[in-house]
Amino acid sequence: MVKALNQALFQEMERDADVLVLGEDVGVDGGVFRVTDDLQRTFGSQRVIDSPLAEAAIIGTAVGMALYGLKPVCEIQFSGFAFQCFHQIENHCARYRMRSQGRFNIPMVIRMPYGGGVRALEHHSESEEQFYAHIPGLKMVIPSGPRNARALLAAAIRDPDPVKSLYHAAKEEVPDESEVIPIGRAQVAREGDALTLVAYGAMLRVALEAADVLRAEDGAAVEVIDLLTVSPLDRETLVTSVKKTGRAVVVHEAPRSFGPGAEIAASIMDGAFLSLEAPIRRVTAHDVPFVGFAREKANVPDVPRVVAAARETLAF
Amino acid sequence: MPRIALEPRFQVEYLSILDSDGNLDTALEPKLADMDLRSLYRAMLLGRRLDERMVRLQRQGRIGTFAPTKGQEAAQMGSVFSLRPTDWMVPSFRETAAMIWRGWPIEKLLLFFAGHLEGGQPAPEQRDLPITIPVATQLPHAVGLAYAAQYRGDDVVVMAYFGDGATSEGDFHEALNFAGVWHVPVVFVCQNNQWAISVPLKKQTHSRTIAQKALAYGLPGIQVDGNDVFAVYAAAREAVERARAGDGPTLIECVTYRLGVHTTADDPTKYRSEAEVAMWEQKDPLTRFRAYLEKRNLLEEGLEQRVDDEIAEAIRRFEAMPPANPLTMFDHVYAELPPDLRAQRDEMAARENTAAARPDETSTHQPGATPMRGQRLTRR
Repeated sequence: MVKALNQALFQEMERDADVLVLGEDVGVDGGVFRVTDDLQRTFGSQRVIDSPLAEAAIIGTAVGMALYGLKPVCEIQFSGFAFQCFHQIENHCARYRMRSQGRFNIPMVIRMPYGGGVRALEHHSESEEQFYAHIPGLKMVIPSGPRNARALLAAAIRDPDPVKSLYHAAKEEVPDESEVIPIGRAQVAREGDALTLVAYGAMLRVALEAADVLRAEDGAAVEVIDLLTVSPLDRETLVTSVKKTGRAVVVHEAPRSFGPGAEIAASIMDGAFLSLEAPIRRVTAHDVPFVGFAREKANVPDVPRVVAAARETLAF
Repeated sequence: MPRIALEPRFQVEYLSILDSDGNLDTALEPKLADMDLRSLYRAMLLGRRLDERMVRLQRQGRIGTFAPTKGQEAAQMGSVFSLRPTDWMVPSFRETAAMIWRGWPIEKLLLFFAGHLEGGQPAPEQRDLPITIPVATQLPHAVGLAYAAQYRGDDVVVMAYFGDGATSEGDFHEALNFAGVWHVPVVFVCQNNQWAISVPLKKQTHSRTIAQKALAYGLPGIQVDGNDVFAVYAAAREAVERARAGDGPTLIECVTYRLGVHTTADDPTKYRSEAEVAMWEQKDPLTRFRAYLEKRNLLEEGLEQRVDDEIAEAIRRFEAMPPANPLTMFDHVYAELPPDLRAQRDEMAARENTAAARPDETSTHQPGATPMRGQRLTRR
């Protein structure tokens, strides 16, 4: 994953001198996850900026750079620290096009890792995409693997509007040639006709494994949709799938209430109500604050929970 | 081991050139052409007269809530006067006089305060940010603009405005810190008007001055008599020249006073005395500048009337503007409208068409401001 993101940054910085990288430890150190490794050596310290430790000013100064016409790519070390710049994202980053009635746009990218599995302290493993999905004017992509992460980051950097990119650790072979995936489109990761499983980010693997179990043990051909872009949501792909399958289960790592699952379920109800054979189920983390990584497994959706929800939906 | 003074260089200056009694320090008096002096006075007068007119427009429900500038004309005009059109100006929300100087048409500002976002759209070549309302959050933008200008190698200075209350916000400190570390061409102009709504300066900070806060970030800071247009201009010109020469940012604290309300929704009699206001009225920036110009025989005959006519003409243009088309709320969310947002727009268009087909019913988009409590709504 890290290598794929690094490749996307290299590729886009070579393409466009307006692309800058900004964040804590992104320069000499190459980022705490090494996503920006060697960038400063290649492009210099004016383009790959080791900023002081202040999330609000990282996003705030990047907004200023974007207003001037540059394309800053900011790194926030963990999504749990992004609340210290939330006001800059919500108040300004997402609103400048509207506020200036099109005179200014904010072609910037905010990258940050999210989600569990890192065995670290509080604020290092939460899943908080629901806050950003609710902000008009902002786009949010959550790649499920290194290959689409590279292609989505390239698309995000080229996008004229602000894009937030959340990513997690994962491994995958990535081809040499560069790719770009359009923002705003989901992909059918696996075709099927018995039930639609909707997932994104790290939960895609869980959904695919659950689909394997359901095929092997229940003989059910489950369709798996990888959202890739959480906001704006690709409702058409969801509705088309559920019109075919009649059943849907949504999986996400964020807490359930008011999470993306609610919006996805409502969108399916709007577009495919007459095709539905069963209520739409959500398999999510519980509505509790950070639980500590010793209890993480019980909180984050896993294959057995997704399989159980799918079986209930299939049997309804 | 001994204790040694590591930073004996700290020093904060106070600058005053033309005081409220009319005393002029001729050695420090900036060399301004007669035409410039007249322009400055005219802009300050326009700011004052428009401000008074806008308060009445608000009371009549013809515009919404706004933050008056009365008393701060010298702080705004003395500083903004030192900029070139190619420089950038980053306002807060009380910089009406300075914004007009930078080229915002009066009718556009009125439109903005009447609830139309079109009023906040800078002209295509205008290097001004629109009004920013969350306190101090515009300051990192100014630093980013200055970084970008430096990155591109452009000859550009950025001037950013804020008040005394803003200096308690994290964004103020982060912006000064980043500006210092990056050594970018930005001038921070604090209009210390003594009151952040109801909180006086002594409850805002325990520092003796706001200017000294710059020193902690390795930048020069200066305090000036903010009601003395010469002192403000001299300090601003010096800071702008320093920035232009590549010598980094400056913080200027203009000691001034908000003679009016915080916003038109505020009642200052609850928290400050009339005696205090009367004391500051004696230091009115317009009075002393006018006396100076009179002495030098530079006052223009009939200027008040011409300024009032210009304002009246702008109000006529503002009130002749067409009502807002609600469908345009979808025009500037993204470069391209996502499918779901397009569907929401179509839904609204269908509703508007239905409403238009029934002219006896009140349309959803009548112009005019939302009335404040105790205020009548007058339709434009």
